[in-house]
Amino acid sequence: MIKKAFQFDWFILKIIIYVMLIAIALTCLLPFYSMMITSTHTNSDIARKLLIVPGDQFLVNYHRLIETVNIWRGLGNTLFITITATLINVYFAALAGYGFSKYNFRYKGVLFMITLGTMMIPGQLGIIGFYKLMDVFHMLNTYYPLLLTSIYNAFGIFLVKQFADTSVPTEIIESGRIDGYGEMQLFHRIILPLMSPALATLAIFAFIGKWNDFLVPMIILFDADMQTLPVMIASVKSQFSSDFGAQYVGIVISVVPILVFFSFMSKRIINGVAAGAVKG
Amino acid sequence: MISKINKSNYGYLFIAPFFIGFGIFGLIPILYTFYLSFTKWDGFTDPVYVGLANYSRLLHDTYFYQTIGNTLIIWVMSIVPQLIIALILAIILNEKFIRGKHFFRAVYYFPHIITPITLGVMFSLMFDWQTGSVNKVLMDLGIVSEPVNWFSSPWWSRTIVSAVICWQYFGFNLIVFIAGLQSISDEVYEAAKMDGANKWKSTLYITLPMLRPVFLFTFITSVIGGLQLFDAPLMLGDGPNNTTRTMVMYLYQTAFKNFDYSYGATVAYGIFVVVMILTAITAKASKLNE
Repeated sequence: MIKKAFQFDWFILKIIIYVMLIAIALTCLLPFYSMMITSTHTNSDIARKLLIVPGDQFLVNYHRLIETVNIWRGLGNTLFITITATLINVYFAALAGYGFSKYNFRYKGVLFMITLGTMMIPGQLGIIGFYKLMDVFHMLNTYYPLLLTSIYNAFGIFLVKQFADTSVPTEIIESGRIDGYGEMQLFHRIILPLMSPALATLAIFAFIGKWNDFLVPMIILFDADMQTLPVMIASVKSQFSSDFGAQYVGIVISVVPILVFFSFMSKRIINGVAAGAVKG
Repeated sequence: MISKINKSNYGYLFIAPFFIGFGIFGLIPILYTFYLSFTKWDGFTDPVYVGLANYSRLLHDTYFYQTIGNTLIIWVMSIVPQLIIALILAIILNEKFIRGKHFFRAVYYFPHIITPITLGVMFSLMFDWQTGSVNKVLMDLGIVSEPVNWFSSPWWSRTIVSAVICWQYFGFNLIVFIAGLQSISDEVYEAAKMDGANKWKSTLYITLPMLRPVFLFTFITSVIGGLQLFDAPLMLGDGPNNTTRTMVMYLYQTAFKNFDYSYGATVAYGIFVVVMILTAITAKASKLNE
């Protein structure tokens, strides 16, 4: 009898927990659903009604949007910048992370602490000096400032060093040397492929971070055709202040690629965050 | 032995790009910004040295103090619910009987990877006074009789900005907490069970204390991140009487909208000092509780 009552309570509790979990999941997804639905309706319907089912005005809204803002160009620019920056980021983080892990040189400990210390500096501290410096280098309105800053990523170095410490055996490096490889050759031919699991995790983080970057492209790039997607979305808001349909279409175009990317990568991304957090 | 085999000088070669890159694109701009904060510079003519003038202006700048206050209010209003929700959900999702853990984790984490700019625009549309879906839902449910003008009220504006940030980041903290929970070994719980501790007691006396390092991690990262709030609030607007204008928004507007680069540089260093002080307080406070 007692056991039965207990089981009943347990059952109710379980239902409450699931209802809560599902409710919060809906809270996370509904805004995206709502925005996709709304993007398919006319401005007057958006203003008057609560929209729950898809309409047929997506292309009409879309054409108004791309007449003024070349959003596909923005998507292309962002893809180019993001992929290039991610490759640079991963390569140089691998280089330094491996260097810190497998070579013994003087002041190694101090240099590694300095590397980690750079993570504590707020990102916006040097932004005005950065702008001025890029002016001096004649790099304003080019992609160089967005790409070259990927050479230094302390978090990436930390991640690679952790991985190399535990998962890259020193014996392999030694046998490589016996086979007559030079140090750089050894790194490119043997070490890089060995470290690919850590590098893949790092690549995902670098990709998302660069994809979402807003402030630097906003101040460095002047030509509308060179702009990145986030900057274009921000300009859509000011240029189409009363055209809600066009604004919603812009948001859909900026969210859907990430949605697709995440649905393939979610497990890897989440495990990466977890690993980074526990080690950090 | 290893030190002899791994030729020392090559190490410098491998780490050099990081230090050169950081030196040129990270350190020089930071030092140059510091220099500019002692000048007057409009971006066109050459900077003119003016000594501490910008700093004395900053000390008397009520707008700057207001943005510090706004940032702190928005940060507290977003971080407290964020951590509570993340912790409760992490404890639930760490239970063995829950099904679909990976699904829930992925869905909760998803908002974190969306561009803050997009989220800012999206929520400003959703909370739009006349056309936003939020007002329509509330009216259809009979909760309000006429549309609420959210962004005309300082506290509603701040609540919305905080809610968006909470919504975006609770999934990240959830993942961090789950990682922390999974690093606690089952043996500890089994021992507690043998001693007669029930679920609540073992959560209260084992789980929470053992999560302390994880709390510290999330707290420090959220102080540094929370004080740099920028993109999403920028899209949600300044709020009535600038009540949702954050410190970094002020920096951006001063330097790149009003072209007062030198004063912007001073504001940047003002923000740096505020961030340092609050990080130190947080680190100290989390250690004092031991």
